[in-house]
Amino acid sequence: MPRRTMIEAIRDAMDVSMARDERVIVFGEDVGFFGGVFRCTQGLQAKYGKSRCFDAPISESGIVGSAIGMAAYGLKPCVEVQFADYVYPAYDQIVSEAARLRYRSNGDFTCPIVVRMPTGGGIFGGQTHSQSPEALFTHVSGLKVVVPSNPHDAKGLLIAAIEDPDPVIFLEPKRLYNGPFDGHHERPVTPWSKHELGEVADGHYTVPLGKAVIRRPGAAVTVLAYGTMVYVAEAAAEETGIDAEIIDLRTLLPLDLETIVGSVKKTGRCVIVHEATLTSGYGAELSALVQENCFYHLEAPVARVAGWDTPYPHAQEWDYFPGPARLGRALVETMEA
Amino acid sequence: MADAGLLRFHVPEPEVRPGGTPDFSNVTIPKAGSVPRPEIDVDPRTIRDMAFSIIRVLNRAGEAVGPWAGLLSDDELLEGLRHMMTLRSFDARMQMAQRQGKTSFYMQHLGEEAVSCAFRKALALGDMNFPTYRQAGLLIADGYPMVTMMNQIYSNEADPLKGRQLPIMYSSKEHGFFSISGNLATQYIQAVGWAMASAISNDSKIAAAWIGDGSTAESDFHSALVFASTYKAPVVLNVVNNQWAISTFQGIARGGSGTFAARGLGFGIPSLRVDGNDYLAVHAVAKWAAERARKNLGPTLVEYVTYRVGAHSSSDDPSAYRPKAESDAWPLGDPIVRLKNHLIQRGVWSDERHTQAEAEILETVIAAQREAERHGTLHAGGKPSARDMFEGVYAEMPPHLRRQRQQAGV
Repeated sequence: MPRRTMIEAIRDAMDVSMARDERVIVFGEDVGFFGGVFRCTQGLQAKYGKSRCFDAPISESGIVGSAIGMAAYGLKPCVEVQFADYVYPAYDQIVSEAARLRYRSNGDFTCPIVVRMPTGGGIFGGQTHSQSPEALFTHVSGLKVVVPSNPHDAKGLLIAAIEDPDPVIFLEPKRLYNGPFDGHHERPVTPWSKHELGEVADGHYTVPLGKAVIRRPGAAVTVLAYGTMVYVAEAAAEETGIDAEIIDLRTLLPLDLETIVGSVKKTGRCVIVHEATLTSGYGAELSALVQENCFYHLEAPVARVAGWDTPYPHAQEWDYFPGPARLGRALVETMEA
Repeated sequence: MADAGLLRFHVPEPEVRPGGTPDFSNVTIPKAGSVPRPEIDVDPRTIRDMAFSIIRVLNRAGEAVGPWAGLLSDDELLEGLRHMMTLRSFDARMQMAQRQGKTSFYMQHLGEEAVSCAFRKALALGDMNFPTYRQAGLLIADGYPMVTMMNQIYSNEADPLKGRQLPIMYSSKEHGFFSISGNLATQYIQAVGWAMASAISNDSKIAAAWIGDGSTAESDFHSALVFASTYKAPVVLNVVNNQWAISTFQGIARGGSGTFAARGLGFGIPSLRVDGNDYLAVHAVAKWAAERARKNLGPTLVEYVTYRVGAHSSSDDPSAYRPKAESDAWPLGDPIVRLKNHLIQRGVWSDERHTQAEAEILETVIAAQREAERHGTLHAGGKPSARDMFEGVYAEMPPHLRRQRQQAGV
């Protein structure tokens, strides 16, 4: 099976979708001729023409707003916001329009759009290229929120998102674009070509939205993770020797609660990890759900490991980033509790 | 230029406030028929002055004059009059229904009926409007059933939107009427996107974007103009300048640009101003702009100069911020009276027939209201089920909503 980077897998998902359905169009800042600052749309304009893959003005509300109009017409736009940190001008269009169009018009108009954006830190991007705003979208009725952690899933989830009849926020952990980064910034990164999840089949396949996957089966503690944190969790489990069961959520909304509850009831312990800031982060929702559904099976308080409640710093990147050492400490504490 | 003192902060003020004498002497009204009608493929740079004038067809004697006249037949004009009268009558009944507690909220069109009623007649089947809350004439003039509108206003059991939307936020794809948001200006860029999609699909349909004077200050207005200009989208960009954004006079949003139409000039978009109370002028300009869009000539920005005679909404009291008699002083008159006078002047209408038509229309509106009320009003009779509340958030209900619906016991 061919090995692809996450960038190539995402590009392939759009390529496959554009070839199968001429309603699928792709646009955003720098995505046309140049192929995107991360190269995710490279070659699509040459292959499908300027009507189906083109450069947009630097106006996120314009990109998402026009995509909503196109979806109302009957197209299926898959747009790129250059960094998740730049999505805020489009927030009104996403929250008040895309998410509610089906509901408020009782299905008279719908909004099958995908808004792709690179998310997360680990690249010395400072506060404008490192944020993880997923909780701002999981709080919104009518959206679906997806965070892939590897090339295989990225392709299958993106195709599923493009084919979905509702708006999908597709957050791409940019630190994973070229390899499974586990937080050990001092070591060279393994490329996806050397990782089994870098195996990406040609052609069409989907990974269903709303289904989590167990990345590492274990008996001692459940770790709920997504995106980059999946590899941080793997490293932490290995380094502490704790037999953690690591769940890669893949889709945050709708959430695969069944897989989570099944695992926590088995292990009796749960640690939640995300890069985003702690307070009112998605981990708060996960923690509440675990408490509500697994209270009588819990042997320790549910722990959360997250980014500190500060803006994303520059020089202090590795003090901020919840790496394997911090998660490892939480695992040990949870086991000792 | 000699002022070297401390900086001073500038806040524009309207000419007159409550208690003052209404004064529109600052509004320059060109003579009807005096603004030329350029070819649709005119170089936008040569008609920049049109953004500062006002295209008018009906003169004070009720005659249709000048190069923008002559597009509509007697029957079409009589139909237009009936649409405007219907909208006014509909508004009066629904405003009253709101006061009677039959619904929570209402917004009327008083004085602005010509804008949406005449515009609708310039579009073709399949074109799409992205309206604000004050363009119900698009529906009335397209034959959308009044009963359905009232069912929506009452949020009753027959409400096509299942009680989910604020009154008057209609939606009808079939009638080229995009779901009204209520958030301002968001629909403007969506209209441009819809038009881009039509061009991408090599279709022949065009879009019409709608916005009020106040909301042109929103960033979505400006992104819409950028996108429309960049991609030459087949869209008519309408700005309804009714002088008032709730209590805020139009000068607060307009700033130093002179007119709202002039906003289009920096984007190279042909930008016209039209007498919004002149049914013939609105229709002629809309037709010109729609034809440009359909012939791949790109967007046109049209500012409709009109006056909001009524309150902003049922929750507003204009006497707190503008003189009571200001609407009487509005120099462009009343759109219904002006078209009525024109039709009388044409010899196809009379005062008697007008009075009779008013009574007939009122009867039709009351009959529709009775039918709608059989399906319930907001607080009485049939209403959408609580179960409906959980439907339609997504195409397929996700597990967490199913759990919540169960919890709600519906």
